[in-house]
Amino acid sequence: MAKGRVGVNEERCKSCGLCVAACPMKVLRISDKINSKGYRPVEQFKEGCIACMMCAITCPDVVLEVFRLEDDKACNA
Amino acid sequence: MIETKVFEKPKAMVDVTTHYCPGCTHGVAHRLVAEVIDELGIQERTVAVAPVGCSVFLYNYIDVDSYEAAHGRAPAVASACKRLLPDSVVFSYQGDGDLASIGMAEIVHAANRGEHITVVFINNAIYGMTGGQMAPTTLIGQKATTCPLGRDPKLAGYPIRMCEMLATLQAPAYITRVSVAKPKYTIKAKEALKKAFQTQIEGKGFSFVEILSTCPTNWGLRPVDATNWLEEHMMPEFPLGVFKTPE
Amino acid sequence: MAKRFLMKGNEALAEAAIHAGCKYFFGYPITPQNEIPEYMSKKLPEIGGVYLQAESELAAINMIFGAAGTGKRVMTSSSSPGVSLMSEGISYIAGAELPCVLMNVMRGGPGLGGILPSQSDYFQATRGGGHGDYRLLVLAPSTVQEAVDLTMLAFNLAEKYRNPVMILADGFMGQMMEAVEFNEMHMDGLPDPAEWAVGYMKQRGRRALVKSLYLDPEELEAHNWKLQAKYAEMTKNEKRYETYQFDDAEILIAAYGTVARIARTAINELRSEGLKVGLFRPISLFPFPYDPLETLPKSVKQILTVEMSCGQMIEDIRLAVGKELPVAMYGRVGGMTPSVEEIKDQVRKALGR
Repeated sequence: MAKGRVGVNEERCKSCGLCVAACPMKVLRISDKINSKGYRPVEQFKEGCIACMMCAITCPDVVLEVFRLEDDKACNA
Repeated sequence: MIETKVFEKPKAMVDVTTHYCPGCTHGVAHRLVAEVIDELGIQERTVAVAPVGCSVFLYNYIDVDSYEAAHGRAPAVASACKRLLPDSVVFSYQGDGDLASIGMAEIVHAANRGEHITVVFINNAIYGMTGGQMAPTTLIGQKATTCPLGRDPKLAGYPIRMCEMLATLQAPAYITRVSVAKPKYTIKAKEALKKAFQTQIEGKGFSFVEILSTCPTNWGLRPVDATNWLEEHMMPEFPLGVFKTPE
Repeated sequence: MAKRFLMKGNEALAEAAIHAGCKYFFGYPITPQNEIPEYMSKKLPEIGGVYLQAESELAAINMIFGAAGTGKRVMTSSSSPGVSLMSEGISYIAGAELPCVLMNVMRGGPGLGGILPSQSDYFQATRGGGHGDYRLLVLAPSTVQEAVDLTMLAFNLAEKYRNPVMILADGFMGQMMEAVEFNEMHMDGLPDPAEWAVGYMKQRGRRALVKSLYLDPEELEAHNWKLQAKYAEMTKNEKRYETYQFDDAEILIAAYGTVARIARTAINELRSEGLKVGLFRPISLFPFPYDPLETLPKSVKQILTVEMSCGQMIEDIRLAVGKELPVAMYGRVGGMTPSVEEIKDQVRKALGR
């Protein structure tokens, strides 16, 4: 299984929660922070992201970037 | 650890926060269109015709030559533009209040003439921008500000299925209905959009992509609940599928 | 000597547009101007242009909006009820500052009215017609030759000001046949469409936006004053009119279009009876040529406007002369043209002879 992480552009997030519902690994949640528009942005709060991109695909506001993580050595899947 | 970015904002999309409501799937549809424009490498020759509706500001979010058309008239504007600039890739982006109501004549005739344009039809079964009035695609029993007791077919007829109707015409090349309710549908929606633009680029004719979308604010539902409502209620009424395949 | 052609007015209007470099026509059938789209449907494909019959005038004017946004020379034609349908689109075109030529071959109104000529769209043409603070540059030919010349001028002016220009004709002129010549009419210094039009993104390095929406009140206000400045320029530069037998006239007939040429015959006949009658003929209806009316010869004691309407141009005449002179109106409003005899009778009555 791939490993990944999610980058969040907090200022763009409108707290809609679609990505939280879409994530199959449940690594996203609405945070307690508040952005300058008054919304609570999403955050990746734990490990386990598999870089499936479901969150970014469902996000209406291009809030999320997704990164695939690989070990420097060849990995044994 | 080597990090590879596998998802980022498309180049054709302007780096601004949109005015759309939280959870409004216009944002998804815009991004899919921008991704397709990037992947096909057509940004400099694409022309967008934006409608009246929530997405009148489409031109602030997608960086291409753009027109702001009068309510319902985008297919007429797009037809003329494409005929004068045949090397451009011309698309209109219209809501259901725009395309299926005031714009019904324009879409039927542009389709019937087989205009080489791509029409992106955002169907959320309601008038969004003006505050939630009943639209031609509003479901039976669905409440809206101008049918507060729910749409009654004896007063207001039945929701119009645009894909099925346009598919009765001989000229259109590609007609399809997709959804952005959940990521699995959104992935297929992007494929459909890409095929629609390719239909135009390859000179095959008129392409039409109906995207079933949410309007959380006017449906009175939270964004996630709105996607469920779309899946449970709209998708049975407006079946997904391909109604005309380009040759 | 240029070649002369015997042509129907409507066809001459169409051919003049082609001579002016217009290769794109979007329109809809309506009596009494159908020869224009029919002529275009035959000629434009022959010269690599585009003829498209729209599903309605609503669609046609929006096609014009789309076509005009590319910076190319485009036109549509219609008649009174069709022009009413186009009003919204015309407002959009003016608001978005796009050049185009519109032809209104006027017929009887209001409503379905009649199919015979009228001049009852003067208000619609000169006061905007559609919503908002915009104006059309309006040219009113009196003969088919003048219709040809003004059409060719219209395309230049439309580009010069980036505004729609209307040729206001009537069903009589559209249907009659006259010999005409087509002379070249080039204008220097016109703006380059590559600066603003759609289709030049690669060349220009940034995209074009054809729009008329300004939600911010300050922006909309600035935009409106910008348009007004344009109309002020038009008013300074584009007033056109003709005076005939002015200098010692005791009564002036004010008329435009087909009515003016009938009036001219009446004036010639009255003059041979010894009556001192002159003609004031505006050619540009917007901007209206008020100046000659503000500096009339002292001999003029009254003005008689003759129109195929219930009295529309008369308001502009009154605006110019104020309470200085009595201004009376003679109108025929069923689709008939006033005859030479009728006009002569009206003048004799006015002069008390």
